[in-house]
Amino acid sequence: MANDDVVFVDGVRTPFGRAGEKGMYWQTRADDLAVKALSGLLERNPSLPLDRIDDVAIAATTQTGDQGLTLGRTVGMLAGLPVTVPGYALDRMCAGAMTAVTTVGGGIAFGAYDVAIAGGVEHMGRHPMGLDADPNPRFVAEKLVSTDALNMGKTAERIHDRFPHLTKERSDRYAMRSQQKYAAALAAGHIQHDLVPVATQSAEGWGLATADEAPRPETTMEALAALKTPFREHGRVTAGNASGLNDGATMSIIASSSAAKELGLTTKMRMVSFAFSGVDPDIMGIGPVPSTEKALRKAGLTIDDIGLFELNEAFAVQVLAFTDHFGLDDDDPRINPWGGAIAIGHPLASSGVRLMLQLARQFEQRPDVRYGVTAMCVGLGQGGTVIWENPHHKRYGKGK
Amino acid sequence: MAIRDEFPRLAAAELDEVITHSHVRDIPLASGRTLALITLDNGRDHTRPSTLGPATLFELGDTLEAQRERASRGEVDAIAVTGKPYFLAAGADLSNVGALPDRATAAELPRLGHRVLGLLHQAPVPTFVFINGLALGGGLEIGLNADYRTISSAAPAVALPEVFLGLVPGWGGATILPNLIGIERALKVVIENPLKQNRMLKPAEALELGIADVMFGPATFLESSLAWADAVLGGKKVERPHVPGTLERTVKWPIALRIARETLEQKLGTVPQAPYRALEILELAKRNDRAAGFAAEDAALAELIPGDQFVASIYAFDLVQKRAKRPAGAPDKELAKRVTKVGIIGAGLMASQFALLFVRRLQVPVVITDLDQGRVDAAVAGIRREIAALADKGRISTDEQQRLSALISGTVDKADFADCDWVIEAVFEELGVKQQVFAEVEPHVSPSAVLATNTSSLSVEQIGARLEHPERLVGFHFFNPVAVMPLIEVVKTPSTDAATLATAMRVAKDLKKTAVITRDTPGFVVNRVLAKLLGEAMHAVEQGSSFEDVVAAQRAFGFPMDPFVLLDLVGLKVGAHVLDTHHAAFPDRFFESRALHELAEQGILLEKDGKGKVKGIDKRARRIVAAHTPAGAKPLTVEQLRVRIEDGLADEIQRMLDDEVVAAAEDIDLCMILGAGWPFQMGGITPYLDRVGASERAFGDTFHTPRVEGPKS
Repeated sequence: MANDDVVFVDGVRTPFGRAGEKGMYWQTRADDLAVKALSGLLERNPSLPLDRIDDVAIAATTQTGDQGLTLGRTVGMLAGLPVTVPGYALDRMCAGAMTAVTTVGGGIAFGAYDVAIAGGVEHMGRHPMGLDADPNPRFVAEKLVSTDALNMGKTAERIHDRFPHLTKERSDRYAMRSQQKYAAALAAGHIQHDLVPVATQSAEGWGLATADEAPRPETTMEALAALKTPFREHGRVTAGNASGLNDGATMSIIASSSAAKELGLTTKMRMVSFAFSGVDPDIMGIGPVPSTEKALRKAGLTIDDIGLFELNEAFAVQVLAFTDHFGLDDDDPRINPWGGAIAIGHPLASSGVRLMLQLARQFEQRPDVRYGVTAMCVGLGQGGTVIWENPHHKRYGKGK
Repeated sequence: MAIRDEFPRLAAAELDEVITHSHVRDIPLASGRTLALITLDNGRDHTRPSTLGPATLFELGDTLEAQRERASRGEVDAIAVTGKPYFLAAGADLSNVGALPDRATAAELPRLGHRVLGLLHQAPVPTFVFINGLALGGGLEIGLNADYRTISSAAPAVALPEVFLGLVPGWGGATILPNLIGIERALKVVIENPLKQNRMLKPAEALELGIADVMFGPATFLESSLAWADAVLGGKKVERPHVPGTLERTVKWPIALRIARETLEQKLGTVPQAPYRALEILELAKRNDRAAGFAAEDAALAELIPGDQFVASIYAFDLVQKRAKRPAGAPDKELAKRVTKVGIIGAGLMASQFALLFVRRLQVPVVITDLDQGRVDAAVAGIRREIAALADKGRISTDEQQRLSALISGTVDKADFADCDWVIEAVFEELGVKQQVFAEVEPHVSPSAVLATNTSSLSVEQIGARLEHPERLVGFHFFNPVAVMPLIEVVKTPSTDAATLATAMRVAKDLKKTAVITRDTPGFVVNRVLAKLLGEAMHAVEQGSSFEDVVAAQRAFGFPMDPFVLLDLVGLKVGAHVLDTHHAAFPDRFFESRALHELAEQGILLEKDGKGKVKGIDKRARRIVAAHTPAGAKPLTVEQLRVRIEDGLADEIQRMLDDEVVAAAEDIDLCMILGAGWPFQMGGITPYLDRVGASERAFGDTFHTPRVEGPKS
């Protein structure tokens, strides 16, 4: 394998909280979530000399207030990185952290970096989606997008419109399965390893967040059927078959394979290819379809080569559109075996790395799987996909 | 039974307490254990530290009892205490402690502290305190009572300042600390540091001393502390290398205490009670018997809290902390003019000290001037050397050094003062000279530029007599050494306008000094009071009293030094001059001293050893003074001398207040504390004069109503 291969060394995340006043992070700053994640990540990778970090890329969708001020720089300083380590902030809405990984990955492949930090944070309690957004009036005036395009729930309803066979019942069932798979994974102890505990302030004193706050393992089809459809009268999208509003941060170490070897860092995954694509903003949820096709093409792989999928579950129907397109079953065991964002939560810009660290953990347990996909849809009609190779596979690094 | 019911007097006392609540949350540890975490939080923002009053302790005590009970039921595996962001706790709520109604109530307070904090000791499960921020006095003692302590590297300070305020660390601190970190280290924390202008410890020092077991960075302090606690619960061994062994207890302990006592007696005298009470408890701590130690702490605090020295200390502390920040008689701050460039007239030692201080604190161009280019050049070079020395010591960065050096310049042309907004003179203390230099400068500066004089003995008004704009002249009297002494007497003349006065107050604040506004009367405040004291001392020895008797007569006050050491420190010539000035102004009340002039000429007063340590009075000085004793002089007894000094001071200070030299007696005290280093336990001076009856004797009233003293019953 080549020395400029890009590897995923390690990733961690904070437990994901429910956004809002009752959520566990209501009195915890967004940048502090990112600082805790970064500190926890560095602590468990002690062989990485801090001054060898070439850059810190941290994504957030709403970059104001405690999520502003160039997060990569501020979070690095607050976490105690040397001042010599630079940093920046970036944004591709939900795919922010994913883009942080691919961007620093590109820098590594080019030879500009040896080691970089990539992550994301979104405190949707403190930064509700779209707050203070000022979309250019031309979007609507010139009908560049429909008014629905800026409301993610409405775009999900439109996927149901386009694919009538993706029924509400299928969406609900997928959502219930996500809750159940997550609960099983949690019980099996698969989730906890990559969580960094976060001290939380509250009116009742300090607490410690050690587990995700949003999952509802007790979810039933009956309960899901009874939920309101807030985006459309008699619609199909509900709070139960969509990801929630959440607070959380993720952080990863991305390195060249030679630097990883030199510094004694683990290699949990190798980046094979990545791609981003655009789609009609009105049905933004299908974005992962073209981005995955593109990434597969660049990797010289087909969908059949992929042994594990970590798909972000912004909406159940949007995942079903993906599986439907690629001819996969709704409950294909390769897809989100530990559940997904419907159970865990989706703090927008942080989720990309959450998919990756979960895939990396599965790679360890599944040496039979050679390739995995992490993919997600993005507001205003985009999709992002990264394909990874499992270093535990017997043919790792040996070409096709 | 609630803790409150055990302390009926404190429970009944109506105190205005900002209660720090004890919130509890169960923390799941990685091992699967559960830790009950108590957060101390007064619900206020970072401008109001959590403090510990009776109601706070009742709640903490009940909370700890409840957690101990849960622990014995096996519901929790550990109990820990931490604080709201930036604070563990800033100690006992002093305003409350000073307001306890009677001695019996005061006696409950130390017992309450022991009762509550002691619940962290020998609990059914291990106890931890996570020192996340400021931990002073009782705040730190919460930690000392627990089994283990972590500390944040960002905690601003850790200290046991009780002795500084006239108390002892009496919620376990004086007993537990020496048994944790050894007697010498404990002496440093309990006695030495508080008496060094209340010096506090940085977290790394607290760790090194062994006060904390481990230190973590602030970004994940609580998370790391919890993980560490989990490891300790899991059997991780905690090293405590400074815990005293038998040898230390039997050999080192008595020696260390003897040395500490001798040092105290020498430096402080025996008037202040608190340090000696603390020594007694530290001595007792050798036995490592908590019950006996705590009983001694209870007894000491029961006496000290309602005692006059502590009440005066709280009064003094409030002056320094609060009144100093809101100077009496200060005009509207908004009137202050911006100072963008400073001119200093003179290039001598004082001028150089001013230049260094102004450039460091104001960070604006500073021009010094003199008639002689060589002197100017030498002064500029000297100031730049001082700046370089600061950089060498790491006090400022090299960038800052270059910035400050570039801001310093010198000139022999007073026209270079044209754009100065603030000009201060530091020339010879002679009216004609000062009048002349201001007259020379005034045509070059704008009409609104402020002129300041550092005179200590001349009339500011007369200095400005020849000015075209006398309204922009203000007295700005520093104390030596300028960089160290915290007081500036800001002197307003009848013509000083509000904008000038406001500017002077602003400049003093920017120089990080405390300013007290005084009228333009001889000696202002500090020198007038000291002149009274020193004049009486010289007069007494001239009248045949022994130097020793005079020293003995002033001993009861607890002044930082005796009058002859003080004269030696300010310089005999300066001292003689100050006495002359005051005698000239108030001939019937202030003594001049011919003997002192002669001593000054000869340069003789104290006998010192090779290291400069004072051994006593030089024999030749005794002879010179004796030669000035008039025939038939009748020396007073020590007792008579003491009363005479007390009454003389009370009389003089009352006259100053009648004459509105300052706004209130509090300002006199503030001046004496900051300008002369008079101790907190005297409350400066006026609380002391009230409590010894001098005020009543001198003017039939008291300075303070009610008196600044503890409850009599």
